[in-house]
Amino acid sequence: MSQATTHPAPDVTLRGGASQKQRPLRATRGRGGMKRKTAGDWGILLVAVLIGLLIAVPFLMILINSFKSPADYNATGPLTLPSELYFDGMTAFWERVNFPEKLWNSFFISSVVAILAVVISMLNAFALGIGRVRGRTWIVVLILLANMLPQEVLLYPLYFMFKQVGLYDNQWAVIIIFVVIQSAFGTYLLASVYGTFPKEILEAASIDGANRWTILWRVVFPISRPTLSVLVIFFFIWTWNEFLIPLTFLVSNATQTVPVSIAVLQGDRLMDVTTTSASALLGLLPTLIFFLIFQRTLTRGITAGAVK
Amino acid sequence: MQSLIPGSSRNAFWLYLVPGLVLLTIIILIPLVWNIYLTFTDYRGIKPPEWTGLDNWIKLAGDTTFWTSFGNSIAMILAMVVVPTLLGLVLAAMLFDLIGKKFGAKLASFLRATYYLPQILPAVIAAIVIGWILRPQNGALNQVLEGVGLGGLAHNWLGSPDTALISIMVIMIWVQLGYPIVIFMAALQRVDPALYEAAELDGANWFQRFRAITVTIIRPEIFVVTLTCTIAALKVFGPIYTLTGGGPGTSTIVPAYYAYSEFFQSQQVGYGATIATALTVVIAIVSIVFIMAQTRLERQDEEV
Repeated sequence: MSQATTHPAPDVTLRGGASQKQRPLRATRGRGGMKRKTAGDWGILLVAVLIGLLIAVPFLMILINSFKSPADYNATGPLTLPSELYFDGMTAFWERVNFPEKLWNSFFISSVVAILAVVISMLNAFALGIGRVRGRTWIVVLILLANMLPQEVLLYPLYFMFKQVGLYDNQWAVIIIFVVIQSAFGTYLLASVYGTFPKEILEAASIDGANRWTILWRVVFPISRPTLSVLVIFFFIWTWNEFLIPLTFLVSNATQTVPVSIAVLQGDRLMDVTTTSASALLGLLPTLIFFLIFQRTLTRGITAGAVK
Repeated sequence: MQSLIPGSSRNAFWLYLVPGLVLLTIIILIPLVWNIYLTFTDYRGIKPPEWTGLDNWIKLAGDTTFWTSFGNSIAMILAMVVVPTLLGLVLAAMLFDLIGKKFGAKLASFLRATYYLPQILPAVIAAIVIGWILRPQNGALNQVLEGVGLGGLAHNWLGSPDTALISIMVIMIWVQLGYPIVIFMAALQRVDPALYEAAELDGANWFQRFRAITVTIIRPEIFVVTLTCTIAALKVFGPIYTLTGGGPGTSTIVPAYYAYSEFFQSQQVGYGATIATALTVVIAIVSIVFIMAQTRLERQDEEV
């Protein structure tokens, strides 16, 4: 459930003009009923919708150009609606790159990374935020190095290292790299959230005889679940969209991810504009669907809304 | 200073850091050290590295391309940190406080999802679409300008040195904006409505409440967003790689891209490593200053 409707409707009007100040406060406070909307409110809604439209324009362009024939595109350019629906571009791309295989590769890598990175972040943050181990500020800085390092620094050394242990051109190489990179962000965020974890709850649990491991999984984990699910979403999407490292470490066609396969096709002379557009649409649909499914969890808060 | 769990010594928690730190050492720290070693060598990727002492560092200090790339980083910080964080704060508060409460939470989530869209777009795909919009011949933006009678403003947006950087900045604002909005909106749910009500009865206007209550309560998230965006801005690579390749000339070159081109196009691995190490040092200093400031504020809060 969304939280906004369950609150007892505090009046948080953005005041449009001075005239509203004279209005009795009580008039706006319809408990549970419809709240009065001023002209200012509608104005702000209009601004918000316009910003949304502006942001969405490139996506609408991908959508309309994915279903155009190349001839249609050449005649009218990218801005008009297709004169008739054309699916050849999409099927051509689908078959050329064996899309289901790429989809599975991306899905597998991103999900495993998201879950493992959240587990590592949680263990780290438990020690840093709640355990407050000595020198924790410097440990956070050290871990954040994973995030600070420009990725191209990793390419040469990791290439040699993975080659030596036989993990080159193996998806687990990419998974391990991104677990470390993503969990750096997760550790930083969770450690600051856990640093403000309510002491009373932890005290109560330890009086009940729970040890650290039990407290982590029975108390800290469930209470911070909203934050953890936000991290899962971010890690999944960020990993899905990564380019340079998958391009370098997944050289054979069968192991490639969706963005890499699209980029590799870009250099291909046989790709016309509308096929490119169709590939873009197919490339962003999975993350879009993923985001829409899980955006519910975003409403529940990043910093443990349950702790009240 | 004790752990937050009474009776648990702080040292007992070290065990929980073991998996994370082992992985960190293998994937990040070893390559980092290797990279620092390479900065003192001449290495072309094939023959073993040859020790040259400080040559790379001396070359770096006098390299105008390198300093240009850092100048462009300032532009990236403006476009990826300053504007998105400030605008994101206002938009998140607007969506949460006003649109969510007056027009329904569904509409607010829908708008949030729209603002977040560019974040889920892989840089490769973003580059394709932005190419359509900004390209000089029959690009969408130039067509629209001509359509409304402003044909004189039509331009080769990414291809001319005077507009390439500013175009990239606008694109980066578009890309980044959704990230602070999503994080701030989630954080806003911790703000107790009763506080707002009390402040309002005391006659505080929206902006005063926003500054005194909202910003104070979501401060941890503001720190996280600003720091992570600053790091991302300093090491931005994907959009430059796919959109301009640092050009025209060096007008949009950034340190990460410069390092990449030395690594893989010029095969000057030693020099590429030097650029990358210099960049890492800058990012590390910025991050340390940030985290120290954050820790100090947290301590102050605890003492109150």
